[in-house]
Amino acid sequence: MGRYFSLSATSLLLASGTAGAQSSTQSVLEPAGAEAQQTAVLFWVMLSGGAVIWLGVVGLLLHAALVNRRRLAEKSASSIILWGGVVFPSVTLCALLVYALWLMPGLRPFAQASAAALRIEVTGRQFWWEVVYHPAQGPPVASANEIRLPVGEWVELTLKSADVIHSFWIPPLGGKMDMIPGRTNRLSIMATKPGIYRGPCAEYCGTSHALMAFSAVAMAPEAFRSWLAAQAIPAKSAGASGGALFLRHGCGSCHFVAGTDARGLIGPDLSHVGSRATVAAGILPNTEDAVTRFIARPDLIKPGSSMPAFDMLPPDDIRAIAAWLRGLQ
Amino acid sequence: MRLVPKQIETLWTLFTAPVVWAAHFLVCYIGAAIYCAKPELVGLGFSAVRAGIAAATVIALSLIALSAWLAWRQWGFGTDDPPHDDPTRRDRTLFQGFATLLLSGLSFIAVIFTAMPALFVTECIR
Ligand code: HEC
Ligand SMILES: [Cu+2]
Repeated sequence: MGRYFSLSATSLLLASGTAGAQSSTQSVLEPAGAEAQQTAVLFWVMLSGGAVIWLGVVGLLLHAALVNRRRLAEKSASSIILWGGVVFPSVTLCALLVYALWLMPGLRPFAQASAAALRIEVTGRQFWWEVVYHPAQGPPVASANEIRLPVGEWVELTLKSADVIHSFWIPPLGGKMDMIPGRTNRLSIMATKPGIYRGPCAEYCGTSHALMAFSAVAMAPEAFRSWLAAQAIPAKSAGASGGALFLRHGCGSCHFVAGTDARGLIGPDLSHVGSRATVAAGILPNTEDAVTRFIARPDLIKPGSSMPAFDMLPPDDIRAIAAWLRGLQ
Repeated sequence: MRLVPKQIETLWTLFTAPVVWAAHFLVCYIGAAIYCAKPELVGLGFSAVRAGIAAATVIALSLIALSAWLAWRQWGFGTDDPPHDDPTRRDRTLFQGFATLLLSGLSFIAVIFTAMPALFVTECIR
């Protein structure tokens, strides 16, 4: 239970820490998805049930200690034990179990049931998220560190890992699911309210584990579809000099930018990096300043990251690259 | 041949019900896991898994009920109330009978809880 409250506290902290970025929620207590909604109701049912039982037990204790200190006859004591200690807990637990099990089929849709119209493949990497959209029609669309989904539609997430165990979790939308090397896990989620939600990596995965997050953007279905169609087309950024510098300084050996010679697959796809709310896996606001700082010293911002520092480049070059990247909308 | 086993005095009877519970648990979980990993191995639908779990549950509950009845008999059919804490052979037997009866009750409920998902889960969850 403490976890839920410390989580909202963390999301408050993070929201204020990245004030420039956006205010996104990360609380299971403010559900915005089908599964999270049911889990939150389950939580409140359990919490109130637990509170009632706790009050009852403490009330009995006080009653026995302060009001009625008479010893009970053995017979009535035994029947209190039988009804209060055996029958009541068994029946209550049984009811709670039935309720939780009854929720299950809706939470994790079955194999043959409805093939989702949209599948999103997410691969955890130290310390970022590779994202590939597989719409029912049209070519796959690559992205990173951000997941967009249409409100009111079931989306199937295919979860993988390229290195160590990570865990995928968007608290306001649904439960968490581990990303395990060599295994494909599936998770179905449906956002019910438009908004931007923060998803943290929920399994310790190395030095910068706490700096591995992403934003989940739930948008109206039509808006989502036109966004996805736009993502499939290379972005045009002003400041072509930044683009040339990007290639000249070797960024393209690790990063992919559609429509250019940058075809690296080691780091996040930057084809539309300018359109994301945050950079560096949810930890920096997407501003020219922040991108410049990140390119110069990623090792300071994300210790252990495999992106090398580029502070040996002329500052103007870095700034020009950052401006160009920001323009990749 | 007698239908109901003769009363024996051994500590082993204490564990009968929990062992049945454990076996039932393994049958249900391993059975469902194997079916969902290799559905073609069995060739039947998921309803076969649920029927199998139902059968295992009926068998397990009957065995536990039998163990409970034997324990009740060992406890003297409840003629004597606990605590059975005199250092006598009689109290030792009554104590063990009562403890076995309680364990049977626990195992009975646990077996039901173990089987309950099969009421709601109608397919392999991927
Ligand atoms: C050795 C491979 C490598 C090279 C070379 C490299 N990067 Fe990266 N880059 C990465 C990796 C890996 C990440 C992910 C870091 C993280 O978030 O953990 C990254 C992240 C980034 C991000 C943040 C992306 C996002 O989705 O938020 C930007 C921007 C970026 N790199 C720009 C550059 C630029 C500009 C250059 C060239 C000056 C460059 N990178 C060179 C590997 C590389
Ligand atoms: Cu991680």
